Amino acid sequence: MLRMDYILQKSGAAIVVEELIRQGVDVVFGYPGGYVINIYDELYKNSDKIKHVLTAHEQGAAHAADAYARVSDTTSAVIATGGPGATNLVTGIANAYLDSVPVVFITGNVPTPMRGGDSFQEIDTVGVTMPIVKHSFIVRDVQELRRTLAEAFMIAGSGRKGPVLVDIPKSVQLACAENDELPARPEKGSGSGVYTGSLDDALDALRDSSRPYIYCGGGVISSGTGGDVLRLSGKLGAPVGASMMGIGAVPDSYELSLGMSGMHGRYGSTVAMAEADLILALGVRFSDRATGNAREYGKNAKIIHIDIDAAEIGKNVRPDVSLCGDLRIILPELAERCGGVTPNASWLSKVAELKSADAEVAAGGFTPRDIIRLVNGMHDSSTIVATDVGQHQMWVAQHYRFEQPRKFITSGGLGAMGFGLGAAIGACIACGRKRTILFTSDGSFGMNLTELATAVAQILPITIVLLNNGVLGMLRQWQALFLEGRYSATTLDRKTDFPALAKAFGAAGFAVSCINELEAALLAAPDAGPSLIDCSIDMDEKVYPMIPDGGTLADMLY
Amino acid sequence: MSEKFTVGIIVSNHFGVLNRVAALYAKRGYNIDSLAVGETENPAYSRMTIVTTGDEYMKEQVLKQLEKLHDVKSVVLLGRDDAVSVEHMLIKLKVGPSGKTGVSSLINDYGGRVMDFGEEFVTAEVSGSSEKIEQFIEAARGGGILEVCRSGLISLSRGG
Repeated sequence: MLRMDYILQKSGAAIVVEELIRQGVDVVFGYPGGYVINIYDELYKNSDKIKHVLTAHEQGAAHAADAYARVSDTTSAVIATGGPGATNLVTGIANAYLDSVPVVFITGNVPTPMRGGDSFQEIDTVGVTMPIVKHSFIVRDVQELRRTLAEAFMIAGSGRKGPVLVDIPKSVQLACAENDELPARPEKGSGSGVYTGSLDDALDALRDSSRPYIYCGGGVISSGTGGDVLRLSGKLGAPVGASMMGIGAVPDSYELSLGMSGMHGRYGSTVAMAEADLILALGVRFSDRATGNAREYGKNAKIIHIDIDAAEIGKNVRPDVSLCGDLRIILPELAERCGGVTPNASWLSKVAELKSADAEVAAGGFTPRDIIRLVNGMHDSSTIVATDVGQHQMWVAQHYRFEQPRKFITSGGLGAMGFGLGAAIGACIACGRKRTILFTSDGSFGMNLTELATAVAQILPITIVLLNNGVLGMLRQWQALFLEGRYSATTLDRKTDFPALAKAFGAAGFAVSCINELEAALLAAPDAGPSLIDCSIDMDEKVYPMIPDGGTLADMLY
Repeated sequence: MSEKFTVGIIVSNHFGVLNRVAALYAKRGYNIDSLAVGETENPAYSRMTIVTTGDEYMKEQVLKQLEKLHDVKSVVLLGRDDAVSVEHMLIKLKVGPSGKTGVSSLINDYGGRVMDFGEEFVTAEVSGSSEKIEQFIEAARGGGILEVCRSGLISLSRGG
């Protein structure tokens, strides 16, 4: 006969999995280990309700969950063991932190009584990750476990989103909670509806402007307010540019959309931003890569900064008018009330001229741009495109025409080479395992290529377009331009046969050296599993335009 | 222009909170001049009083970044005119061949209390503004200071 206390008691490990399911997590990424083995036991028992994706390395799991959250607009989850499992997550946590992505990281740790004894695989995980999380918890009592997990999800997914880490000692996973109560499900971060700052001041500045420019950051995408931006743009006659994180906020084909501005931004967008007399900056943090010399930035323009994070206002660039709050509350009101502005015809014709300056010239060559344009042309606009970091990333940001938000998945703030493959895996799973593109390079791909094993095991139709130039191209470009061609440690001299490598992992592999071969390989890419297309490109291809570090438009190389 | 400023912070009385607050300063390369922490009237919360030197930009960033910490319940800037502030010091002074008279009168002048003494030393407690504490240290320097322990400034806003 079952005893009542047996029925009422639930282990910490069971609570972890139950709470993940209750929070709506249907896929969790991770890697098992001694300090999470009981959580994995519960995952096994609940495999009909929550799917686990085993990666080759915890970093891959972290990047996959990061991309999963970006694509699905949900808070995702990762499980890793203590010690090396936790330290392997660090780059992934930092990536989510710098790009404000909501991910809950659950790590196991030594049993509470052994804590601090330098036990096997013991690491002060919360200490190691403290500067790169939105918040973190160590759960000391199983009675607090469920509430803590619910709070972690609430913190990760509200306000300015970000990663939250929950470190759970093995003893807490094994302990049983009595009368485990379900905390109320927190509302999905809809914003408090309150904002600070004067909308009237913003409206006055907009009405006074004759050359307004709307600058979208990742905040526009995470708040889903691209539609409001289009409405504003139409009413004001303002072109719409973006930081790298803001790419896709409005469709590239929109007539006033100019794309990315900044260090490697499109010429037209960067020039329009510099010539504007008003910059309406939405959900941006004015990264140095986006502004160049922050002192010179927007010198001849009024700046209106709207962001959910009060600490971003005035941090890098001092705005003339600022509003702090949720774009979902502020933008509709701004768009509603900004009537009475007559779009400036000469500014609009200047914008049209700038947009056409960035239009493609027909080409049948095999430059990075040709490769990206071909891939773009062969996939519909719902296709997700992940990238690694470096030149190829900038070329994709410049030349791929993103028509929808949450399709361009890239490591923005951290710039983490090795992000791409894990991210493509998470993105592909999040979009229902549809065809997903990964643009990468021999340098970046070399960092985490073991995740090919994961993509194969999960039978994911990921097309890996590898721009292979035999060098660390972005650094080589800097060395060529600023260090008199001293190519220190950037020539790879490797003999890696990437198609053979792909095949060894169980993926398809192709090597191509002209645009027709690339087209054939893209058509031949199988649906049942990943494929890698090795594209040989010139090692001296450069990313232009370029505004050198800390420079202004006057320093632009193109 | 750089100047000293004092921040009063109410935080969860929880392990690790001090690390988060201190790390926020350290990450930006801001040195903490003094820091005092203790439980409030409600044991669930602690009050921190932190004194730092910095310009307006730094002050604004510190306040905003502190507000973002999940464990921080409130942050107030405690200006000289709108707060009462006090610092405590324990100071061990050398007693010279001329005896304790000079040391004792110095302690009396500053309203201090003798906490411990021996043949060759006197340990006194002095409290007041940080300026007063510094003046005392200067005045005592000639006679010889063996050790100093300062509490760091503690501060409450004026009024009810």
